[in-house]
Amino acid sequence: MKTTLAEPVVSASPGVRRGPSLFRIVGGAIARHGVLIGASFVMLYPLLWMLASSFKPESLIFTDLSIIPPSFDFANYTLGWNALQQSFAVFFKNSLFVAILVVIGNVLSCSITAYAFARLEFRGRRFWFVVMLGTLMLPYHVTLIPQYVLFLNLGWIDTFLPLIVPKFLAADAFFIFLMVQFFRGIPRELDEAAVLDGCSPWRIYWKIMMPLSLPVLTTTAIFSFIWTWNDFLGPLVYLNDASNYTVPLALRSFMDSTGQSAFGQLFAMSVLAILPIFLFFLFFQRLIIEGVAHSGMKR
Amino acid sequence: MATDSKATSTERQSRSQAANRRDMIGYAFITPWLIGFLCFSLGPVLASLYLSFTKFDLLSPAVWVGTDNYARMFLDDPRFYQALKVTFTYMIFEVPLKLAFALAIAMVLDKAIRGGAFYRALFYIPSLLGGSVAIAVLWRQLFDGNGTVNQILLWAFGYKGQSWISTPETAIYTLVLLAVWQFGSPMIIFLAGLRQVPQDLYEAASMDGAGAFRKFYKITLPMLAPVIFFNMVLQIIEGFKAFTPAYVVSGGTGGPIDATLFYTLYLYQEAFSYFRMGYASAMAWVLLIIIGCFTGISFLTSKYWVYYEDDPR
Repeated sequence: MKTTLAEPVVSASPGVRRGPSLFRIVGGAIARHGVLIGASFVMLYPLLWMLASSFKPESLIFTDLSIIPPSFDFANYTLGWNALQQSFAVFFKNSLFVAILVVIGNVLSCSITAYAFARLEFRGRRFWFVVMLGTLMLPYHVTLIPQYVLFLNLGWIDTFLPLIVPKFLAADAFFIFLMVQFFRGIPRELDEAAVLDGCSPWRIYWKIMMPLSLPVLTTTAIFSFIWTWNDFLGPLVYLNDASNYTVPLALRSFMDSTGQSAFGQLFAMSVLAILPIFLFFLFFQRLIIEGVAHSGMKR
Repeated sequence: MATDSKATSTERQSRSQAANRRDMIGYAFITPWLIGFLCFSLGPVLASLYLSFTKFDLLSPAVWVGTDNYARMFLDDPRFYQALKVTFTYMIFEVPLKLAFALAIAMVLDKAIRGGAFYRALFYIPSLLGGSVAIAVLWRQLFDGNGTVNQILLWAFGYKGQSWISTPETAIYTLVLLAVWQFGSPMIIFLAGLRQVPQDLYEAASMDGAGAFRKFYKITLPMLAPVIFFNMVLQIIEGFKAFTPAYVVSGGTGGPIDATLFYTLYLYQEAFSYFRMGYASAMAWVLLIIIGCFTGISFLTSKYWVYYEDDPR
C-alpha cells in the first residue's frame, strides 16, 4: 500500500505492475489475523468473564479479571436456581412452553399465508400482499396499548395467550415475507403437475411446498425460538404473577431483589438463560448466518 | 379478454364459477392472517389513534379530550423532550459507529482468510445475545463503579473511574457501546454485499495505480451504497425500538436523572406505570410519524446517493 502511494508512476504504467512480494502477503495475513484475534477477544471477553464469574465466589467477582475460574464450584448455580420464591425450573418451563408454541404457530400460519400469496390466484391478492408488507414497517408501540386493552377485555392478562395466539394468526409478517420469497423459487411445474393429477391446493401446500421448504421453515423456527426466548417487553406487559414468569422476567426480578449482593448467582442464571440460544447457534450456525445475510434478519 | 365476447354464456358462467372458487380458496388460505391483521394491526392502530385524543386509565371509560394529550406533550412535558433527546443521542452515536465497525471487520474478513467462517461466527454471537436481559445484567455490572471496566482501567492505566452507569453524562454511552458490540448482523449483510462487488474493478484500479484508500472510496463505498443504505434504515428503526437494555440497566426508571429515558421506556412508564393510556397512545402516534418521516426521507433521498448497478437510470 505504501509503495503504491510513494511510487505512483511506476505502478501506473501498464505492464510494469509488480506482484506483491511474499513478505507482504505473509505480513498482510499476520496483520489481519492480529486484528481479528484482538477484536474477537475484546468482543467475547465480557461473555467469557461472565461464564468464569458464575463459578467464582462472590468476593472475587469485583476483583478478579481472569476468564479462568479458580475452581469449578457450582454453588452459584445451585443457590441461584432456588433463590427466588419459585425455582428457575418453573421459569424455564414457562419460557420453553411459550417458545415452542410460538414456533409451531409461526411455522404453520405464516407458511399457509405465504403459500396463498406466492401461488394462489385470487382477487385482491396484490392489495393484501402490499398491506402485509406495510405491517412490517409498523412499530410495535402503536399497537401495544390497544392490544393490551383487547387482551384485558378477553381476560387473558397473566396468561400465556397474548404471547401465543397472535403467532397462530400470522402476526409476524416478516416470516411471511421470507417464505413468499422462498416459495417463489420453487419450480411452478411441480404444483402444475400436481394440479393435473387432481391435487387440491391444500394437498399441494402440505405435500409439496412444505417438504420442499424445510430450509426456510427451519430458519423461521430458529428465529422464532430465539426472539421469543429473549423477549422481555411482551412478558413484562402481560405476565404479573411470579409463577408465570419467563426466564428474562425472572432474571430482572432476581436483579432487583438482590441488587449488588448476589452477582455470582445472577451470572450463573444468566449463563443458563443464554445457553439454549448458544446451543441453537452451534447447531444451526450456517442457516442463521445465511438467514441474516439474505434478509437482514434482526428485530 | 378478447375471447370473452365470443364465449357462450354457459362458458362464461363456468369461468366465473371457477374464478369464484379460486377466490374462495385464496381467502380461505389467508383467513388466519386476515383475522390477525384486523385484530392485532389495523384495529389497534386505529384504536390507538382514537385513544390518543382521550383520557383513559383502563378503569373508567375513555373520555374525549381533543388534542389535550398532544398539547401537553409538545408544550408542557420536559420528559417528552428528554426522551427524544436521549433516543436521538443514542442513535447519532450508535448507528454510524456500529456500521463503521461492521464494514471495517467485514472488509478484513472479505479477503480470503483462513478461519474466516469461524471469525464471522464469533463476531455474530453478541448480536444473537445482545437483546437479552442476561446481557443487560452483565452490562450493569461491567460499567458499575467497582465493575470490570474500571478494574481494567485501574490495572492498565492506573485510572480510577466513576460508575459509568450511575453518572448521568456517561450512562447513555454504556448503552451505545452495548449496541455497537452487536455489530455482527450488519457485518454479515456487508459481507454478502462485498461478495457481489466485481473483483475486476479492483484489478483495473490497481493497474491504474489506485491505492487502498482510493479503491475504498471509489469502488467499495459506491458499490456497497445500497447495502449501506439498507443497513442504515434497519438500524435506525432498530434504534427507535430499543427497550430492554435501557429498562434493565436503569432498573426501569430511565435514570440516573432520566439520562437513559428512551422514548420507548417513557412510553411504557406512561402506559403501564401511570396508566395514562391516552397520553401513551399519543406518544406512540408521534413516534409512528417520526419513524415514517425518517424512512420516507431515507427512501426519497436515496436516489441521490445510492447507486444501483442494475438501475437503468
